[in-house]
Amino acid sequence: MVTPVAVRELELDLDAFEGPFDLLLSLVLRDELPLRELDLAEIIISFIEHLHAKGELDLDACGEFLILISALLELKARAMFPEEEAELAELEPEEAAEELARRLAEYRRAKEAANWLRERLEERRDYFFRMGPAPLAPKSERKLAPQSPLKLVEALRGLAVEPPEPSTTHMALRFPPTSQFLDRWRALLRRRTRFDFDQEVAGLSRVEIAVAFLALLELRKQNEIAIAQAGPFAPIRISRADAERSLSWTAHSA
Amino acid sequence: MDSPLRLITTEVTPASELAKTVEALLVVASQPLPVEDLAAAAEVDVLHIGEALELLSERYSEEKSGIVLELVAGGWAFRASAAASEACARLFEKPVEKGLSQAALETLAIVAYLGPMTRPEVARIRGVNVDGVIAGLVERGLIAEGGRENEFGAIRYRTTPLFERIFGLESLAALPRVDDLGADVTEIRERLEAVAEKRPA
Repeated sequence: MVTPVAVRELELDLDAFEGPFDLLLSLVLRDELPLRELDLAEIIISFIEHLHAKGELDLDACGEFLILISALLELKARAMFPEEEAELAELEPEEAAEELARRLAEYRRAKEAANWLRERLEERRDYFFRMGPAPLAPKSERKLAPQSPLKLVEALRGLAVEPPEPSTTHMALRFPPTSQFLDRWRALLRRRTRFDFDQEVAGLSRVEIAVAFLALLELRKQNEIAIAQAGPFAPIRISRADAERSLSWTAHSA
Repeated sequence: MDSPLRLITTEVTPASELAKTVEALLVVASQPLPVEDLAAAAEVDVLHIGEALELLSERYSEEKSGIVLELVAGGWAFRASAAASEACARLFEKPVEKGLSQAALETLAIVAYLGPMTRPEVARIRGVNVDGVIAGLVERGLIAEGGRENEFGAIRYRTTPLFERIFGLESLAALPRVDDLGADVTEIRERLEAVAEKRPA
Protein backbone atom coordinates (compact mmCIF):
# COMPACT_ATOMS: atom_id res chain seq x y z
CA MET A 1 0.00 0.00 0.00
CA VAL A 2 1.27 3.43 -0.84
CA THR A 3 1.63 5.71 2.11
CA PRO A 4 2.38 9.16 0.86
CA VAL A 5 2.14 10.52 4.38
CA ALA A 6 5.84 10.69 4.94
CA VAL A 7 6.36 12.54 1.71
CA ARG A 8 3.52 14.93 2.26
CA GLU A 9 4.66 15.76 5.71
CA LEU A 10 8.15 16.52 4.59
CA GLU A 11 8.88 20.00 5.89
CA LEU A 12 10.96 22.05 3.54
CA ASP A 13 13.10 25.04 4.31
CA LEU A 14 14.34 26.26 0.95
CA ASP A 15 15.49 29.62 -0.34
CA ALA A 16 12.36 30.06 -2.38
CA PHE A 17 9.88 28.20 -0.26
CA GLU A 18 9.19 27.22 3.27
CA GLY A 19 6.51 24.70 4.20
CA PRO A 20 5.36 21.17 3.59
CA PHE A 21 6.13 19.36 0.35
CA ASP A 22 2.51 18.93 -0.65
CA LEU A 23 1.92 22.68 -0.51
CA LEU A 24 4.94 23.23 -2.70
CA LEU A 25 3.61 20.72 -5.18
CA SER A 26 0.17 22.24 -5.37
CA LEU A 27 1.62 25.72 -5.77
CA VAL A 28 3.77 24.50 -8.61
CA LEU A 29 0.89 22.70 -10.29
CA ARG A 30 -1.23 25.83 -9.96
CA ASP A 31 1.57 27.86 -11.47
CA GLU A 32 1.84 30.05 -8.42
CA LEU A 33 5.42 29.16 -7.72
CA PRO A 34 7.92 29.42 -10.56
CA LEU A 35 9.77 26.15 -10.73
CA ARG A 36 12.97 27.62 -11.99
CA GLU A 37 13.45 29.42 -8.72
CA LEU A 38 13.39 26.17 -6.81
CA ASP A 39 16.54 24.27 -6.07
CA LEU A 40 15.30 20.72 -6.44
CA ALA A 41 18.52 19.29 -5.09
CA GLU A 42 17.69 20.96 -1.80
CA ILE A 43 14.39 19.11 -1.70
CA ILE A 44 16.15 15.83 -2.33
CA ILE A 45 18.65 16.53 0.43
CA SER A 46 15.82 17.43 2.82
CA PHE A 47 14.07 14.19 2.03
CA ILE A 48 17.19 12.12 2.58
CA GLU A 49 17.84 13.90 5.88
CA HIS A 50 14.24 13.29 6.82
CA LEU A 51 14.59 9.57 6.04
CA HIS A 52 17.79 9.47 7.99
CA ALA A 53 16.18 11.14 11.00
CA LYS A 54 13.35 8.60 10.96
CA GLY A 55 15.93 5.84 11.16
CA GLU A 56 13.95 3.42 9.02
CA LEU A 57 13.85 2.93 5.29
CA ASP A 58 10.30 3.53 4.15
CA LEU A 59 10.34 2.09 0.63
CA ASP A 60 6.84 3.22 -0.24
CA ALA A 61 7.67 6.76 0.71
CA CYS A 62 10.86 6.58 -1.32
CA GLY A 63 8.98 5.37 -4.36
CA GLU A 64 6.41 8.08 -3.98
CA PHE A 65 9.08 10.70 -3.55
CA LEU A 66 10.92 9.50 -6.64
CA ILE A 67 7.80 9.82 -8.75
CA LEU A 68 7.07 13.30 -7.50
CA ILE A 69 10.58 14.62 -7.67
CA SER A 70 11.10 13.22 -11.15
CA ALA A 71 7.89 14.91 -12.23
CA LEU A 72 9.18 18.19 -10.83
CA LEU A 73 12.55 17.68 -12.47
CA GLU A 74 10.94 17.03 -15.80
CA LEU A 75 8.69 20.09 -15.46
CA LYS A 76 11.65 22.21 -14.54
CA ALA A 77 13.79 20.90 -17.38
CA ARG A 78 11.05 21.63 -19.84
CA ALA A 79 10.49 25.09 -18.44
CA MET A 80 14.05 25.92 -19.35
CA PHE A 81 13.37 25.57 -23.05
CA PRO A 82 11.30 28.49 -24.28
CA GLU A 83 9.31 26.70 -26.96
CA GLU A 84 8.50 23.88 -24.60
CA GLU A 85 7.47 26.39 -22.01
CA ALA A 86 5.11 28.05 -24.46
CA GLU A 87 3.71 24.66 -25.29
CA LEU A 88 3.04 23.82 -21.68
CA ALA A 89 2.06 27.34 -20.70
CA GLU A 90 -0.87 27.20 -23.05
CA LEU A 91 -2.23 24.31 -21.04
CA GLU A 92 -4.31 24.62 -17.94
CA PRO A 93 -2.60 23.22 -14.85
CA GLU A 94 -4.97 20.26 -15.17
CA GLU A 95 -3.90 19.60 -18.73
CA ALA A 96 -0.29 20.22 -17.93
CA ALA A 97 -0.43 17.54 -15.29
CA GLU A 98 -2.09 15.24 -17.82
CA GLU A 99 0.57 16.00 -20.40
CA LEU A 100 3.27 15.44 -17.87
CA ALA A 101 1.80 12.12 -16.84
CA ARG A 102 1.54 11.15 -20.50
CA ARG A 103 5.19 11.91 -21.11
CA LEU A 104 6.27 10.08 -18.01
CA ALA A 105 4.26 7.09 -19.14
CA GLU A 106 5.84 7.27 -22.57
CA TYR A 107 9.25 7.26 -20.97
CA ARG A 108 8.26 4.35 -18.75
CA ARG A 109 7.27 2.42 -21.81
CA ALA A 110 10.68 3.12 -23.30
CA LYS A 111 12.25 1.85 -20.08
CA GLU A 112 10.10 -1.24 -20.14
CA ALA A 113 11.14 -1.93 -23.70
CA ALA A 114 14.76 -1.31 -22.75
CA ASN A 115 14.46 -3.90 -20.00
CA TRP A 116 13.12 -6.40 -22.46
CA LEU A 117 16.02 -5.71 -24.79
CA ARG A 118 18.46 -6.13 -21.92
CA GLU A 119 17.09 -9.56 -21.06
CA ARG A 120 17.09 -10.53 -24.67
CA LEU A 121 20.69 -9.43 -25.03
CA GLU A 122 21.61 -11.36 -21.92
CA GLU A 123 20.12 -14.51 -23.46
CA ARG A 124 21.80 -14.06 -26.77
CA ARG A 125 25.12 -12.52 -25.91
CA ASP A 126 26.87 -15.83 -26.22
CA TYR A 127 25.66 -16.55 -29.71
CA PHE A 128 28.40 -16.12 -32.23
CA PHE A 129 27.74 -15.63 -35.87
CA ARG A 130 29.52 -14.52 -38.95
CA MET A 131 29.49 -10.80 -39.36
CA GLY A 132 30.77 -8.56 -42.02
CA PRO A 133 29.78 -7.24 -45.35
CA ALA A 134 27.94 -9.55 -47.67
CA PRO A 135 30.30 -11.28 -50.07
CA LEU A 136 30.13 -9.92 -53.53
CA ALA A 137 26.88 -10.98 -55.05
CA PRO A 138 27.06 -10.55 -58.79
CA LYS A 139 23.75 -9.17 -59.87
CA SER A 140 22.53 -11.23 -62.78
CA GLU A 141 22.74 -9.00 -65.78
CA ARG A 142 19.77 -8.73 -68.00
CA LYS A 143 20.51 -10.54 -71.19
CA LEU A 144 19.77 -8.64 -74.35
CA ALA A 145 18.27 -10.19 -77.42
CA PRO A 146 20.76 -10.40 -80.29
CA GLN A 147 21.04 -7.05 -81.99
CA SER A 148 22.36 -5.95 -85.32
CA PRO A 149 25.48 -3.75 -85.10
CA LEU A 150 23.92 -1.52 -87.71
CA LYS A 151 21.25 -0.60 -85.23
CA LEU A 152 23.95 0.64 -82.89
CA VAL A 153 25.47 2.68 -85.71
CA GLU A 154 22.06 4.08 -86.41
CA ALA A 155 21.58 5.04 -82.79
CA LEU A 156 25.05 6.60 -82.59
CA ARG A 157 24.49 8.55 -85.75
CA GLY A 158 21.54 10.21 -84.16
CA LEU A 159 23.76 11.26 -81.30
CA ALA A 160 26.60 12.42 -83.53
CA VAL A 161 24.57 15.19 -85.11
CA GLU A 162 25.41 18.61 -83.78
CA PRO A 163 22.61 19.70 -81.55
CA PRO A 164 20.62 22.69 -82.68
CA GLU A 165 21.64 26.03 -81.24
CA PRO A 166 19.57 26.54 -78.11
CA SER A 167 16.97 29.17 -78.59
CA THR A 168 17.41 32.25 -76.50
CA THR A 169 14.38 34.07 -77.78
CA HIS A 170 12.70 33.77 -74.44
CA MET A 171 15.59 35.69 -72.92
CA ALA A 172 15.52 38.54 -75.38
CA LEU A 173 13.75 41.42 -73.79
CA ARG A 174 14.17 43.74 -76.71
CA PHE A 175 14.83 47.30 -75.74
CA PRO A 176 14.39 49.61 -78.65
CA PRO A 177 16.91 52.46 -78.44
CA THR A 178 15.63 55.61 -76.76
CA SER A 179 16.92 57.59 -79.72
CA GLN A 180 14.30 55.94 -81.91
CA PHE A 181 11.56 57.54 -79.82
CA LEU A 182 13.42 60.80 -79.37
CA ASP A 183 13.42 61.14 -83.15
CA ARG A 184 9.85 60.06 -83.36
CA TRP A 185 8.61 62.57 -80.76
CA ARG A 186 10.63 65.39 -82.27
CA ALA A 187 9.27 64.62 -85.70
CA LEU A 188 5.78 64.48 -84.33
CA LEU A 189 6.15 67.82 -82.56
CA ARG A 190 7.43 69.43 -85.71
CA ARG A 191 4.12 68.58 -87.32
CA ARG A 192 1.84 69.16 -84.35
CA THR A 193 2.10 71.39 -81.31
CA ARG A 194 0.72 68.78 -78.94
CA PHE A 195 -0.17 65.09 -78.79
CA ASP A 196 -1.65 62.52 -76.47
CA PHE A 197 0.91 59.97 -75.23
CA ASP A 198 -1.52 57.07 -74.80
CA GLN A 199 -2.83 57.48 -78.30
CA GLU A 200 0.62 57.49 -79.82
CA VAL A 201 1.85 54.39 -78.04
CA ALA A 202 -1.32 52.36 -78.45
CA GLY A 203 -0.48 48.92 -79.79
CA LEU A 204 3.15 48.96 -78.65
CA SER A 205 4.60 46.41 -76.25
CA ARG A 206 5.12 47.25 -72.58
CA VAL A 207 8.85 47.58 -73.10
CA GLU A 208 8.37 49.88 -76.03
CA ILE A 209 5.94 52.04 -74.10
CA ALA A 210 8.43 52.27 -71.27
CA VAL A 211 11.22 53.34 -73.61
CA ALA A 212 8.87 55.80 -75.30
CA PHE A 213 8.15 57.31 -71.90
CA LEU A 214 11.86 57.49 -71.10
CA ALA A 215 12.33 59.40 -74.33
CA LEU A 216 9.67 61.87 -73.15
CA LEU A 217 11.49 62.39 -69.88
CA GLU A 218 14.69 62.95 -71.80
CA LEU A 219 13.01 65.59 -73.97
CA ARG A 220 11.54 67.21 -70.88
CA LYS A 221 14.96 67.30 -69.28
CA GLN A 222 16.29 69.10 -72.31
CA ASN A 223 13.39 71.49 -72.06
CA GLU A 224 12.09 70.62 -75.50
CA ILE A 225 8.62 69.70 -74.35
CA ALA A 226 6.09 70.26 -71.59
CA ILE A 227 4.25 67.36 -70.07
CA ALA A 228 0.84 67.72 -68.48
CA GLN A 229 -1.49 65.29 -66.80
CA ALA A 230 -4.79 66.38 -65.29
CA GLY A 231 -4.76 63.73 -62.60
CA PRO A 232 -3.47 60.26 -61.83
CA PHE A 233 -4.10 57.90 -64.75
CA ALA A 234 -5.46 60.73 -66.82
CA PRO A 235 -4.12 61.02 -70.39
CA ILE A 236 -0.60 62.44 -70.60
CA ARG A 237 -0.44 65.39 -72.92
CA ILE A 238 2.75 66.55 -74.50
CA SER A 239 3.25 69.93 -76.04
CA ARG A 240 6.12 71.84 -77.55
CA ALA A 241 8.01 73.93 -75.05
CA ASP A 242 8.54 76.73 -77.57
CA ALA A 243 6.58 79.27 -75.57
CA GLU A 244 8.45 78.58 -72.36
CA ARG A 245 11.76 78.42 -74.09
CA SER A 246 11.23 81.73 -75.75
CA LEU A 247 10.23 83.09 -72.37
CA SER A 248 13.40 81.89 -70.79
CA TRP A 249 15.37 83.31 -73.63
CA THR A 250 13.66 86.56 -73.04
CA ALA A 251 14.46 86.41 -69.40
CA HIS A 252 18.04 85.59 -70.19
CA SER A 253 18.53 88.36 -72.58
CA ALA A 254 16.90 90.88 -70.36
CA MET B 1 1.67 -41.23 -51.22
CA ASP B 2 0.57 -42.65 -54.51
CA SER B 3 1.74 -40.72 -57.44
CA PRO B 4 1.85 -41.60 -61.11
CA LEU B 5 5.55 -40.88 -61.11
CA ARG B 6 6.49 -43.19 -58.33
CA LEU B 7 7.77 -45.85 -60.68
CA ILE B 8 10.53 -43.57 -61.87
CA THR B 9 13.06 -44.74 -59.32
CA THR B 10 15.94 -42.53 -60.37
CA GLU B 11 14.18 -39.45 -59.02
CA VAL B 12 15.92 -38.28 -55.86
CA THR B 13 13.93 -36.55 -53.15
CA PRO B 14 14.10 -32.95 -54.26
CA ALA B 15 13.96 -31.52 -50.74
CA SER B 16 17.12 -33.21 -49.53
CA GLU B 17 18.92 -32.35 -52.72
CA LEU B 18 17.82 -28.76 -52.52
CA ALA B 19 18.76 -28.70 -48.85
CA LYS B 20 22.38 -29.20 -49.85
CA THR B 21 22.24 -26.16 -52.08
CA VAL B 22 20.57 -24.05 -49.42
CA GLU B 23 23.08 -25.24 -46.86
CA ALA B 24 25.90 -24.18 -49.16
CA LEU B 25 24.39 -20.77 -49.74
CA LEU B 26 23.94 -20.22 -46.02
CA VAL B 27 27.48 -21.19 -45.14
CA VAL B 28 28.89 -18.68 -47.58
CA ALA B 29 26.57 -15.88 -46.54
CA SER B 30 27.64 -13.44 -43.86
CA GLN B 31 24.16 -12.05 -43.48
CA PRO B 32 20.76 -13.66 -43.11
CA LEU B 33 19.38 -14.72 -46.48
CA PRO B 34 15.72 -14.10 -47.23
CA VAL B 35 13.81 -17.05 -48.63
CA GLU B 36 13.38 -15.17 -51.89
CA ASP B 37 17.14 -14.82 -52.32
CA LEU B 38 17.64 -18.52 -51.63
CA ALA B 39 14.96 -19.39 -54.14
CA ALA B 40 16.48 -17.12 -56.76
CA ALA B 41 19.97 -18.54 -56.23
CA ALA B 42 18.77 -22.14 -56.32
CA GLU B 43 16.41 -21.39 -59.18
CA VAL B 44 13.48 -23.06 -57.49
CA ASP B 45 10.14 -22.01 -56.12
CA VAL B 46 9.96 -20.36 -52.69
CA LEU B 47 7.77 -23.24 -51.52
CA HIS B 48 10.53 -25.76 -52.15
CA ILE B 49 12.99 -23.62 -50.24
CA GLY B 50 10.59 -23.81 -47.32
CA GLU B 51 10.72 -27.60 -47.37
CA ALA B 52 14.50 -27.59 -47.57
CA LEU B 53 14.74 -25.15 -44.67
CA GLU B 54 12.49 -27.34 -42.59
CA LEU B 55 14.84 -30.21 -43.17
CA LEU B 56 17.87 -28.09 -42.31
CA SER B 57 16.28 -26.59 -39.18
CA GLU B 58 15.83 -30.12 -37.94
CA ARG B 59 19.44 -30.97 -38.61
CA TYR B 60 20.97 -27.73 -37.35
CA SER B 61 19.47 -27.33 -33.91
CA GLU B 62 21.06 -26.67 -30.51
CA GLU B 63 20.68 -30.33 -29.55
CA LYS B 64 22.11 -31.88 -32.65
CA SER B 65 24.77 -29.57 -33.96
CA GLY B 66 27.39 -26.96 -33.23
CA ILE B 67 25.77 -24.93 -35.96
CA VAL B 68 22.28 -23.60 -35.42
CA LEU B 69 20.01 -22.43 -38.18
CA GLU B 70 17.71 -19.58 -37.24
CA LEU B 71 15.28 -17.16 -38.81
CA VAL B 72 16.52 -13.72 -37.87
CA ALA B 73 16.59 -10.18 -39.28
CA GLY B 74 14.38 -11.09 -42.18
CA GLY B 75 16.29 -14.13 -43.33
CA TRP B 76 17.90 -17.45 -42.52
CA ALA B 77 21.36 -17.66 -41.04
CA PHE B 78 23.73 -19.99 -39.28
CA ARG B 79 25.16 -19.19 -35.90
CA ALA B 80 27.33 -21.05 -33.43
CA SER B 81 25.53 -23.11 -30.82
CA ALA B 82 25.33 -21.74 -27.30
CA ALA B 83 27.35 -24.75 -26.13
CA ALA B 84 30.26 -23.64 -28.26
CA SER B 85 30.21 -20.06 -27.02
CA GLU B 86 33.12 -20.37 -24.63
CA ALA B 87 35.39 -21.82 -27.26
CA CYS B 88 34.23 -19.15 -29.67
CA ALA B 89 34.91 -16.44 -27.13
CA ARG B 90 38.55 -17.50 -26.86
CA LEU B 91 39.04 -16.86 -30.54
CA PHE B 92 36.46 -14.30 -31.57
CA GLU B 93 34.93 -11.10 -30.38
CA LYS B 94 31.36 -11.18 -29.19
CA PRO B 95 28.84 -9.29 -31.31
CA VAL B 96 28.22 -6.94 -28.36
CA GLU B 97 31.39 -7.22 -26.34
CA LYS B 98 30.73 -4.98 -23.39
CA GLY B 99 26.98 -5.02 -23.18
CA LEU B 100 24.93 -1.86 -23.46
CA SER B 101 24.31 0.90 -20.93
CA GLN B 102 20.85 1.72 -19.69
CA ALA B 103 20.90 4.92 -21.75
CA ALA B 104 21.90 2.97 -24.85
CA LEU B 105 19.19 0.37 -24.31
CA GLU B 106 16.50 3.00 -23.77
CA THR B 107 17.55 4.90 -26.85
CA LEU B 108 17.67 1.69 -28.84
CA ALA B 109 14.21 0.76 -27.59
CA ILE B 110 12.79 4.15 -28.58
CA VAL B 111 14.32 3.99 -32.05
CA ALA B 112 13.24 0.37 -32.52
CA TYR B 113 9.65 0.96 -31.45
CA LEU B 114 9.02 4.47 -32.70
CA GLY B 115 11.68 4.94 -35.37
CA PRO B 116 12.82 6.26 -37.67
CA MET B 117 13.36 9.11 -35.24
CA THR B 118 15.50 12.21 -35.02
CA ARG B 119 17.79 12.93 -32.09
CA PRO B 120 15.54 15.70 -30.70
CA GLU B 121 12.58 13.33 -30.78
CA VAL B 122 14.44 10.71 -28.80
CA ALA B 123 15.75 13.36 -26.41
CA ARG B 124 12.21 14.56 -25.83
CA ILE B 125 11.14 11.16 -24.60
CA ARG B 126 14.25 10.47 -22.58
CA GLY B 127 14.34 14.01 -21.20
CA VAL B 128 18.10 14.32 -21.73
CA ASN B 129 20.50 14.94 -24.56
CA VAL B 130 21.13 11.75 -26.53
CA ASP B 131 23.77 12.88 -29.02
CA GLY B 132 26.54 10.82 -27.47
CA VAL B 133 24.40 7.74 -27.05
CA ILE B 134 23.20 7.91 -30.64
CA ALA B 135 26.76 8.29 -31.88
CA GLY B 136 27.77 5.21 -29.86
CA LEU B 137 24.93 3.13 -31.25
CA VAL B 138 25.79 4.18 -34.79
CA GLU B 139 29.40 3.24 -34.11
CA ARG B 140 28.33 -0.23 -33.00
CA GLY B 141 26.20 -0.59 -36.07
CA LEU B 142 22.98 -1.02 -34.12
CA ILE B 143 21.31 2.03 -35.60
CA ALA B 144 21.94 3.89 -38.83
CA GLU B 145 20.84 7.01 -40.59
CA GLY B 146 17.60 6.49 -42.39
CA GLY B 147 16.64 9.62 -44.25
CA ARG B 148 15.81 13.09 -43.06
CA GLU B 149 12.81 14.66 -41.47
CA ASN B 150 12.32 16.69 -44.62
CA GLU B 151 14.74 17.64 -47.32
CA PHE B 152 17.00 19.67 -45.06
CA GLY B 153 15.70 18.52 -41.69
CA ALA B 154 17.26 16.53 -38.88
CA ILE B 155 18.67 13.08 -39.61
CA ARG B 156 16.40 10.22 -38.72
CA TYR B 157 17.74 7.02 -37.24
CA ARG B 158 16.46 3.47 -37.56
CA THR B 159 17.68 0.16 -36.25
CA THR B 160 19.87 -1.99 -38.48
CA PRO B 161 19.62 -5.66 -39.50
CA LEU B 162 22.54 -6.20 -37.11
CA PHE B 163 20.32 -5.01 -34.27
CA GLU B 164 17.70 -7.57 -35.21
CA ARG B 165 20.34 -10.23 -35.50
CA ILE B 166 21.95 -9.54 -32.15
CA PHE B 167 18.61 -9.43 -30.40
CA GLY B 168 17.35 -12.43 -32.30
CA LEU B 169 14.40 -10.70 -33.91
CA GLU B 170 12.86 -11.99 -37.07
CA SER B 171 11.87 -8.39 -37.77
CA LEU B 172 10.91 -5.30 -35.77
CA ALA B 173 7.38 -6.69 -35.68
CA ALA B 174 8.72 -9.39 -33.36
CA LEU B 175 9.24 -6.84 -30.58
CA PRO B 176 6.79 -7.41 -27.73
CA ARG B 177 3.95 -4.97 -27.38
CA VAL B 178 4.42 -2.42 -24.65
CA ASP B 179 1.30 -0.35 -25.10
CA ASP B 180 -0.49 -2.39 -22.46
CA LEU B 181 1.42 -0.18 -20.06
CA GLY B 182 -0.81 2.68 -21.18
CA ALA B 183 -2.76 2.50 -17.93
CA ASP B 184 0.23 4.17 -16.36
CA VAL B 185 -0.87 7.60 -17.51
CA THR B 186 -3.83 7.48 -15.21
CA GLU B 187 -1.84 5.91 -12.46
CA ILE B 188 0.99 8.42 -12.46
CA ARG B 189 -1.45 11.28 -12.73
CA GLU B 190 -3.45 10.05 -9.79
CA ARG B 191 -0.37 9.75 -7.67
CA LEU B 192 0.78 13.17 -8.75
CA GLU B 193 -2.47 14.75 -7.76
CA ALA B 194 -3.17 12.67 -4.72
CA VAL B 195 -0.54 14.70 -2.97
CA ALA B 196 -1.13 18.07 -4.56
CA GLU B 197 -4.86 18.41 -4.79
CA LYS B 198 -6.06 17.02 -1.53
CA ARG B 199 -4.81 20.13 0.07
CA PRO B 200 -7.35 22.91 0.45
CA ALA B 201 -6.51 25.83 -1.78
